[in-house]
Amino acid sequence: MEHLLTHIGRTSIAALTNAGRGMLLLRAIFFRSSQVWKRRRDIAQQMHIVAIGSLPLVITTSIFVGAVTAVQAVYQMQAYVPMKFLGTVISKSVFIELGPVLTALVVGSRLCANYAAELGTMKVTEQLDAMKIMALDPVTYLAVPRFWATVLMFPVITIFCDAIAIAGGYVVSVMTLDVTTGTFAEGLRLFYKSSDLISGLLKTLVFGAIVALSGIYFGFNTEGGAEGVGRATMTAVVGSCLSVLVADYLLAAVLFQVIFES
Amino acid sequence: MNPLDGVYPEFPDPDLRLADPAGYEGIVFQGVSKSFGEKVVLDATDLHIQRGETVVIIGRSGVGKSVLLKNLVRLLEPDTGQIWVEGEEVTSLSRKHLMELRKRFGMLFQGSALFDSLTVGGNVGLMLREHTSMSKGAIEQRVGECLAMVGLQDTEDKMPSELSGGMKKRAGLARAIVMQPDYILYDEPTTGLDPITSDAINELIIMLQRELGVTSIAVTHDMPSAYKIADRIAMLRRGKIVYAGTVDEVKATEHPMVRQFIDGSAHGPLGTF
Repeated sequence: MEHLLTHIGRTSIAALTNAGRGMLLLRAIFFRSSQVWKRRRDIAQQMHIVAIGSLPLVITTSIFVGAVTAVQAVYQMQAYVPMKFLGTVISKSVFIELGPVLTALVVGSRLCANYAAELGTMKVTEQLDAMKIMALDPVTYLAVPRFWATVLMFPVITIFCDAIAIAGGYVVSVMTLDVTTGTFAEGLRLFYKSSDLISGLLKTLVFGAIVALSGIYFGFNTEGGAEGVGRATMTAVVGSCLSVLVADYLLAAVLFQVIFES
Repeated sequence: MNPLDGVYPEFPDPDLRLADPAGYEGIVFQGVSKSFGEKVVLDATDLHIQRGETVVIIGRSGVGKSVLLKNLVRLLEPDTGQIWVEGEEVTSLSRKHLMELRKRFGMLFQGSALFDSLTVGGNVGLMLREHTSMSKGAIEQRVGECLAMVGLQDTEDKMPSELSGGMKKRAGLARAIVMQPDYILYDEPTTGLDPITSDAINELIIMLQRELGVTSIAVTHDMPSAYKIADRIAMLRRGKIVYAGTVDEVKATEHPMVRQFIDGSAHGPLGTF
């Protein structure tokens, strides 16, 4: 019991320490972002990695997310809710929750692991020290481009994800669930609110920041050799996923109970 | 308490503390301490290096030789003590001034630390692109000169992964000298290289010393390399410099720790493990 409490205490202190240091890194990124125009080529290169590199993953995930949402919705709606609401259920689920959160979890894990492993390897092979001795600031040169590329591209990926998921839901609905195109399209139009889409995209900005910060922070703080890089990568991905889920709740509370409620 | 205290009273620690470090033309470590958790690596270390001199720091693996180098350019922050470079106190420099100071240093890392994502030419020319207003052509010319100086002509377009260990070291050296630094730091410059390549690296270090007139600090446990490149050799042991002298003095010394180290003996005051 004592051992368990000690473990919980140490883990909590480590998590709080990392959160605090992560905030200091975020502050440094914002301060160094005044030179963001100078690093536009690096940012464009990172945007390419974030968006184009994630495309196959986004397409595959989105198709099946839309499809499974359609199947689950039909199962729960049958005999109780008219099928004309199927499109409504799918679009609202995708716009508000599934699109942003799945993008943050699936694409985010890919990017977070990429950043942590790449920067972690640079740390353990002294490439970060080499940058510093060359009077090049790793935050400016490595963190700023990755951070802004992720934050800016996450809404774009999410819109793409939303569109493909709804298309996936439509194909499954029409081909296997006896729903006509007209019925599905009517559902999409019913109860559509632009705040649904906007709230989802606002969430992705925060999720992008969390994903990038987690990968960069744990990469920069990697200790040890190959084992250390593996540990940093795993911690970064776990930290990113948990933070996204917590932030999702907090953002939902703020967006739907405060901002869009009025 | 150091268990060796009083065992070798005829070999006291050399008095390397300067009365006026601010007025010294070179590098001064004055009472520098650095710990990692409970482990004390540097313990009020004193050392000074004259301008234009090459000092080699020797000592067993893990005694803190690289830590001493990294404290000098604040890749690690010393816990206590002061470090002076030509009268400028390094530990109290602002970020901006530290960046300016670092431009006067070049460093060759143990594993070369070439940037994987850049070509050899990209690595060598990076500082010129970022810190000077030189044209693309002038940068390419300077990069070519530096690579030629280390015998790596026509390797600008190669990636670091295509180079052998010795070539990586030489490319790292070319990168270290591209801004014509006043100081070059060598972290284990010959570790992991075959004897012939090691000697070639030593020759390069001597050539750079002669042609550029730089002040150099090298850390190594490769004694043939130390004898070849050093003006002075200092031995680090338990966080302190226990001996400092010229190459001839080191070869002739009866200091038991230095003797055991340079003879490569498993028996002596340094212990085995």
